Amino acid sequence: MPSDGLEKGETFREFVPALGKFNAAKTGQQPGIALRPCKQPDRHRLTLPMILQSTGKHSHLAEEAIRIELQAAEEGKLLKLHGDLTVHQVTRMHARLSDLAADAPLVIDLGAVTRLDTAGAWALSDLKRRFTESGGTVRIENAGPDMTLLLDSVERAMPKPEVSPAGPRGLVLLFEGAGRAVMRGLEFALELTGYLGLFFARLGHVLRHPRAFRLTALVAHAEDVGFRAVPIVALMAFLIGVVLAFQGSAQLRQFGAEVFVVDLIAISVLRELGILLTAIIVAGRTASAFTAAIGSMKMREEIDAMRTLGLDPATVLFVPRILALLLMLPILGLIANLMGLFGGALMAWIELGISPSMFRTRLLDGTDISHVFVGLVKAPVFALIIGVVGCHAGMQVKGNAESLGRMTSNAVVTAIFTVIVADALFSIFFAQVGI
Amino acid sequence: MRGKGQDQPVIRVRGLRNQFGPHIVHDGLDLDVYRGEILGVVGGSGTGKSVLLRSIVGLQRPAAGSIEVFGIDVLSADDEARATLDERWGVMFQDGALFSSLTVRENVEVPMRAVSGLAPEIRRQLADLKISLVGLPYLAGDKYPSELSGGMRKRAGLARALALDPDIVFLDEPTAGLDPIGAAAFDTLIRNLSRSLGLTVFLVTHDLDTLHAICDRIAVLAEQKVLVTGGLRDMLAVDHPWVHEYFHGPRARAVFETPNAAGHIRKV
Repeated sequence: MPSDGLEKGETFREFVPALGKFNAAKTGQQPGIALRPCKQPDRHRLTLPMILQSTGKHSHLAEEAIRIELQAAEEGKLLKLHGDLTVHQVTRMHARLSDLAADAPLVIDLGAVTRLDTAGAWALSDLKRRFTESGGTVRIENAGPDMTLLLDSVERAMPKPEVSPAGPRGLVLLFEGAGRAVMRGLEFALELTGYLGLFFARLGHVLRHPRAFRLTALVAHAEDVGFRAVPIVALMAFLIGVVLAFQGSAQLRQFGAEVFVVDLIAISVLRELGILLTAIIVAGRTASAFTAAIGSMKMREEIDAMRTLGLDPATVLFVPRILALLLMLPILGLIANLMGLFGGALMAWIELGISPSMFRTRLLDGTDISHVFVGLVKAPVFALIIGVVGCHAGMQVKGNAESLGRMTSNAVVTAIFTVIVADALFSIFFAQVGI
Repeated sequence: MRGKGQDQPVIRVRGLRNQFGPHIVHDGLDLDVYRGEILGVVGGSGTGKSVLLRSIVGLQRPAAGSIEVFGIDVLSADDEARATLDERWGVMFQDGALFSSLTVRENVEVPMRAVSGLAPEIRRQLADLKISLVGLPYLAGDKYPSELSGGMRKRAGLARALALDPDIVFLDEPTAGLDPIGAAAFDTLIRNLSRSLGLTVFLVTHDLDTLHAICDRIAVLAEQKVLVTGGLRDMLAVDHPWVHEYFHGPRARAVFETPNAAGHIRKV
């Protein structure tokens, strides 16, 4: 047996310091190494059941150290194991056993093993498998009935590694990923368009069959998305007006054109900011609420239950929600416009001394009513976007809570992003037609 | 090896009282669980079977009473004693309670990470062994819990509970929601693991087949306490109305009175 450097009759041993901090503390013993001469006759060899009965599984410190002895025996090699073969020792034990060359029949003596768990049994089974694969034999001796049972179960259960089917790698993976992302994006856009069409189709159906219309739901949703959003929208617009007046006055004062701050506030709030920021707040508030409500219904199979009861989810769930948003967002936009102008007027008065009546005169003279329409005409479009995105995301929820969370945050991000894109398209359009 | 160590219970519950507001779940509940046995806890809905399990593993603080596991008082254990207990018991929750962001193999590895000096490669292979021990295919280890069926999730939950070779496993309704074949396979699995790993099993169940097939002893929860414990035969002799109805009802008769059922009733 030259490969593992062992001459006949020579022995090596290894001690593993005990890890049982708790046991050491409990029994008052210091962690240490139990030195026992290895040729000592096995006077106090204990079998596992005895140990189990006498001390319980986590027993004394001395039994937690393992010792591995390799002796040359007449029928090959004799491996004697001492101590606890447990998960705490398995790394060292496995490393030690891996050094054994499978060139002679091996006998493993478990007579001095005090505790064997599945990790220890795994290490032994792994050794056995390695020997068997290279044509050797392994015999286990002096194992108690419990150990034999455990070894058998572990050996039967030894996992055979399977390789999962190899996927593409390298550049192919990159291109495939990019392609899939593009296709997913297209599909997503297509689905959203589909949901928009579905909404209009069901709305048309409801108009022709008013009995199918759910007025109570519409009012409840209108209260939720409209009325309850008034305070936050009003406050936001007021502060925007204040900020615009403050920043605008600082710049315009340099040219002595302070009075133009009125035009600045009026045009930016009425055309863009009032409705855009309202839409963003509503997207955060309402798109997520739609997704969460519809998604949790989807999760609990309520949507499926509706279908089996002959209720159309689009009619029952989408139409009242999106319609409520469609009605409420222009009103919220109008409130935002008013509050923005109010905030601006207040700040202009304090900062520049432009009196409210002067502000009013300047507003009526310098600002065309078309700005209000340009702003508010976007509201229904934004409402459709927010509603459709929210309902669509809700329907994409799978059976678990984390997909609900993911779709809710997706809905908000998609709704805000799409609202801003739509706003940019509107700006280009209005610039082209010259309004 | 059944029935040995009758002298020293591994779980000892005395005078347990659990209460949610005015609703009293347990009052003066006593229970002993002995080493190496499979104890089935049964009771009607709302009798606090799961609450009892949660109390023993320290997830639910009782209003009164004492709970000792391996002689350690669960309610007053310090962090170190608590860590020892956590290593010596495993809990399988009803739907597996696997960490959804980890694969099955990583789930099984979680408790093993606490073992110092365990090489990652060995840990991985041991996790594979546990996955195979509970009867899952090798490739299930790479999957996420959401990709598994209910029965597979339960098995994976059991694999995680067994990760550190605990002395006691607590199983909350292990066969609920499984089809009869899957449930029977799970019963066999629990019995085999309990024998080969020397496990003490505390299982909460509604399933008469499970009681019949694998439980050494049955504890019936009723009237806010453990009304009676004993083997299946003892249960058949109890004349408390609920117990009688439970073990003599039409479903019970179907289970217990199959022609060769007697042969399966194990000595208690």
